[in-house]
Amino acid sequence: MRRAFLAVLRRDLALAARAGGGGELALVFFLTVVVLIPFALGPDLNLLSRIGPAILWLGALLSTLIGLDRLFQADEEDGSLELMRASPLPLELAVFAKGVTHWLTTGLPLALAAPLLGLLVALPAEAILPLVASLIVGTPALSFIGASAAALTASLRRGGLILPVIVAPLTVPVLIFGVSAVDAARGGPLPAGTPLLILAAITLCAIVVGCIAAAAALRQSE
Amino acid sequence: MTQISHQTLTLSAEGLVCRRGGRLIFEGVGFRLGNGEALALTGRNGAGKSSLIAMLCGRLRPEAGTIRLEGLGETPLTEAAHLVGHRDGLKSALTATENLRFAQDLLGGAAATPEQALEAVGLPHVGALPVGYLSAGQRRRVALARLLVAARPLWLLDEPAAALDVNAQKMLVGLMQAHLAAGGAILAATHGPLGIDAARELRIGP
Repeated sequence: MRRAFLAVLRRDLALAARAGGGGELALVFFLTVVVLIPFALGPDLNLLSRIGPAILWLGALLSTLIGLDRLFQADEEDGSLELMRASPLPLELAVFAKGVTHWLTTGLPLALAAPLLGLLVALPAEAILPLVASLIVGTPALSFIGASAAALTASLRRGGLILPVIVAPLTVPVLIFGVSAVDAARGGPLPAGTPLLILAAITLCAIVVGCIAAAAALRQSE
Repeated sequence: MTQISHQTLTLSAEGLVCRRGGRLIFEGVGFRLGNGEALALTGRNGAGKSSLIAMLCGRLRPEAGTIRLEGLGETPLTEAAHLVGHRDGLKSALTATENLRFAQDLLGGAAATPEQALEAVGLPHVGALPVGYLSAGQRRRVALARLLVAARPLWLLDEPAAALDVNAQKMLVGLMQAHLAAGGAILAATHGPLGIDAARELRIGP
C-alpha cells in the first residue's frame, strides 16, 4: 500500500515538473494580484503596510484556486482515475497523495515567495516570519478543501468555473485566522500563538474531511 | 516471461438492466464466466457494451440485477479485474516505462517488468519516449502492456483491437491465449472476431 501511495506522489511530482502542473502559473498569478493592488490603493504606505498581510493572504488564496480544477479532471479524462479506483490503495489515501503534491507545488512556493512580495506592500520586517509561518500552516487547508471541490467537479466539462464558487466560502475561516496570526505577531490584542494554533487545527480538520469527502465524490457511481 | 496460474473464480451476472439518462439501454443481460473462458461482447453501436463493462468496474450502478464474483474470497471485483478501455489511462508527459511502472506500483501483484511487457507488445524501443509522441496504435499497445505488469485474473477489454495493425492484432490474440491458458478470464467488447476459437458470444440488443 505504501508503494502505491508513493507511486501516486512520485507521478504527480514528475508531471508537475514536466508539463507545468499549474504551480508556476499560480506563482505568476500571485505576483500579478499583489502588484495590482498597490496601484489601485494609491501611494499610501501606512495603509498598504496595515493591510499587507490581508493582500498577501488573499493573493495566495486566489492563486491556489488556479489549476485546482485539473487536480482530478485530468485523471478523469485520460482514464488514470479508473486505475486508481482499481487499486488496493484506498481512494482516501490517493486523494491525500494528490493533495500533498498540490501543496508542495503550489502552496509551499507561494509561502516561500511571500516575503519577496511583502516588499511590494511595505510589509514591516517583524511581520515577515509570522506571515510565512501562517501561510505554511494554512495553505494545506486550501489544497484539501479545494481537493474535495475538485473531486465534485471532476467530470464536469466547465468545472473550472464553478470550482472557485464552491471553494471560496469554505476558506473563510482559513483567511480569518491566517491574517489574524500575522496581526497578532505585530502586537495585536491576541497572544501571538493562538490564531496560529487555531489555523493548524483548521488545516488538520480540512485534510481529514477533504480526503474523505473527495474520495466519496470520486467513488460516486452514476 | 513468468507464467502465473490464477485461482479458481466465477464471475456471473443475472438480469442486468441498464438505464442512462432515463433511457433503457438493455435489460435481462446475464452471463457466466469461469477460468480459461473468454466472452466476446457484441452488439450494434450504442447497444450498451461499454456500459456493461462500466457496471462490472463499479462505475455504473445497474438498475436491477446482480453481479457476483466467487472464488477470490474478500477481493472485490475492481481489484480482481484489469480494464483497458477507450480512455487509455496513460499520461502523455510520462514515458511508456514510467506509465507502466506507475500502473504496476498502483495495481500491485507484480508480474512482468515494464521492459518485458513492452517487449511482449512489440515496442521494446519506445520505453524512454513520452507517450505523447506515440501513435494511436502504439498508445493502445502500451495500454495493453499494462495487462502484463500486474497479474489480475480477469481482463475487461473494451474494443481492444481498436487502432491496432494486423501484426499487433495477432500479438493481442497471443496475449489473450496465454492469459486463458494460465487460467485467466476475458470479457471483451468487440465488433470484429476476437480471434479466440473457444470464445463464446454475448450479444446485447437486437
